[in-house]
Amino acid sequence: MIFKKNGIAAGSTLKNRNHPINGLVVIVLGLLALILAFGLSVAYGAADIHLRTVWQAIFSFNPSLSSHEVIRQIRIPRTLAAILVGAFLAVSGVIMQGLTQNPLSSPSLMGVTDGAAFAIVMILAFVNSPTQVTLSLFAFIGAAAGVALVFAIGTFSKSGLTPVKLTLAGVAVGTLLRSISSAIALQKQVAKSISFWYAGGLDGTTWANVYILFTAGIICTILVAFIAHSMTLLSLGDEVSTGLGQNNTYVKIIGAIVVLILTGSAVSVAGAVGFVGLVIPHIARILIGYDYRLLIPASAVLGGLLLVLSDLVARIVNSPYETPVGAVTAIIGIPFFLYLVMSGKRGL
Amino acid sequence: MTRKLNNKKERFTKTAIVLLILILVMFFISLNLGVIHISPLEVAKTLIGMGTSKDQLVLFDFRLPEIVLALLIGSGLAVSGAILQGMTGNELADPGILGINSGAGFAVVLFMFFFDKTMTSTNLLTIFTLPLFALFGALIAAFLIYVLAWKKGINPVRLILVGIGVNAGFGAGITIFQLKMAPEDFTKATVWLTGDIWANNWWYVLSLLPWIIILIPYVIYKSHSLNVLTLGDQLAVGLGTSVERERRILLILAVALAGFCVALGGGIAFLGLVTPHIARRLIGPKHELLVPISSLLGALLLLMADTIGQNILSPTEIPVGIVVSVLSVPYFIYLLMKID
Repeated sequence: MIFKKNGIAAGSTLKNRNHPINGLVVIVLGLLALILAFGLSVAYGAADIHLRTVWQAIFSFNPSLSSHEVIRQIRIPRTLAAILVGAFLAVSGVIMQGLTQNPLSSPSLMGVTDGAAFAIVMILAFVNSPTQVTLSLFAFIGAAAGVALVFAIGTFSKSGLTPVKLTLAGVAVGTLLRSISSAIALQKQVAKSISFWYAGGLDGTTWANVYILFTAGIICTILVAFIAHSMTLLSLGDEVSTGLGQNNTYVKIIGAIVVLILTGSAVSVAGAVGFVGLVIPHIARILIGYDYRLLIPASAVLGGLLLVLSDLVARIVNSPYETPVGAVTAIIGIPFFLYLVMSGKRGL
Repeated sequence: MTRKLNNKKERFTKTAIVLLILILVMFFISLNLGVIHISPLEVAKTLIGMGTSKDQLVLFDFRLPEIVLALLIGSGLAVSGAILQGMTGNELADPGILGINSGAGFAVVLFMFFFDKTMTSTNLLTIFTLPLFALFGALIAAFLIYVLAWKKGINPVRLILVGIGVNAGFGAGITIFQLKMAPEDFTKATVWLTGDIWANNWWYVLSLLPWIIILIPYVIYKSHSLNVLTLGDQLAVGLGTSVERERRILLILAVALAGFCVALGGGIAFLGLVTPHIARRLIGPKHELLVPISSLLGALLLLMADTIGQNILSPTEIPVGIVVSVLSVPYFIYLLMKID
């Protein structure tokens, strides 16, 4: 059988699968790269702006200059949102993969994104000019409903929550929700705005979006601090961690809440951006190992970096038109997904 | 032994007759319903050539071609699903899940984008080249899936997972081109991608009919290979079948059927998945019986879904693909939960 229960080879110990130095290096270098990417992303756009102007707009703001205004009101919130959304999706992915011990779990494949998307379609179709807060709230509810459905199917099925089962359940639930969404969208004649949203994109991001993301991020950082170490033990398998006196149910519940908050807020701002949550955790795990206290922040940094760069590519590749950022991340992510499936390594 | 075989045959005949009667009933219901209501008596009159010219126009030029297309597309997709499930030994295989539909969809979206943006054209060249385009896209997708899933043979689980990846890839491509379209074309493409028999015109029927007439009997002729492949590779090799060669021929047949059907019916997902399952319950696993029953059942189900989609929220039409998914995804989930 090509599916082992999880990625841990027999006989390996927790210690030699961890590279704490690598973890710190990845985080520090990642943060430096992130600052650079931030500068590039703010500077690049319809009106080209010199990096020095970016610097001045941030540190010596002059309200009479239109370039400063563009940077402050459009470019910076967009870039910050990209970083946060990328980080959120990557952390959701790493936590989902850790909790389910399923290397293919990720928000976009597990019904989370489609659930949130479904709720947003409902709001766009039935509520006149909804506020950003309403959208986020309903995105949470939808995400929760979607993931609950997928997991319920997995749990109640005959041979339990195998990776393949969960993936197929995710595909089925996703198809169903998307079908109903598009029926409503066509009926209410909002198909195009919904498709833009489905495709994922960060244009039109405002400071209000960034504040919502920040709040969600702070809450989740606190929650993650409580469970990071327990997740490392969980990666040894349910039996081992229970044997060490750990209450796994409690870890799983907090983990699930974190995933819902992170994905719900990310999806409500940026739409259905896929594959970030699948790809980044694998890369981070290859570099760092299984210490979740380093793995989670490293995933956040790498995820933020990936999405800022994808957003930059989405703006550059067919300028002045924007390519949907979800398409860019899919094009980066799919070869990796295929590699995971084909190699049969790392738990597959 | 002979008795058992006779029983089977009897059961097959009975099931086939019941399905044919149901199709006939559905056919008349579908002719009656619609924005313009025509009573059963008038339908009967019109069919024997005694109706008003308006009734004739509605029935012969609009409803009848759509009904015939629904029957053809339904049977094509169902047989495609039956082949894929048989050859992979995986009961959850389907042209939609494997990404063959989205490969065809990508080709069609490219076609719409570059050549024929409106898709309302009755230009004969379009009518006959569009299916070929879709077929080409489906073949590319199938080739990609086959090559990527190949690793000293084809593992069914890997095939499905690779299919999901390829599906997402073509999905991204579709999104990129679709969002560049003008709003009207965009809506048309969306409707088409969710599955819609948009081409109600006898020429379209003519462009699909020969393929269905040639391919489905050929699949029935090949049912012995499908039976052997279902037993698993080792047994199949032991019985002297050149497994990979047969698998390739069958894959091409499944892809061709799905490609042609998707060209005219759009991305109808899950029909190819659910139909063979129901057929297997009715008639058992032997493909020489399973394939014809699947084809009848697929025709019936798609005609039903199309009729529901056209009438449930009348005057708005719901694309048939949406009706199919809403009806069949719960069944898929039920299967998923039951299968090991």
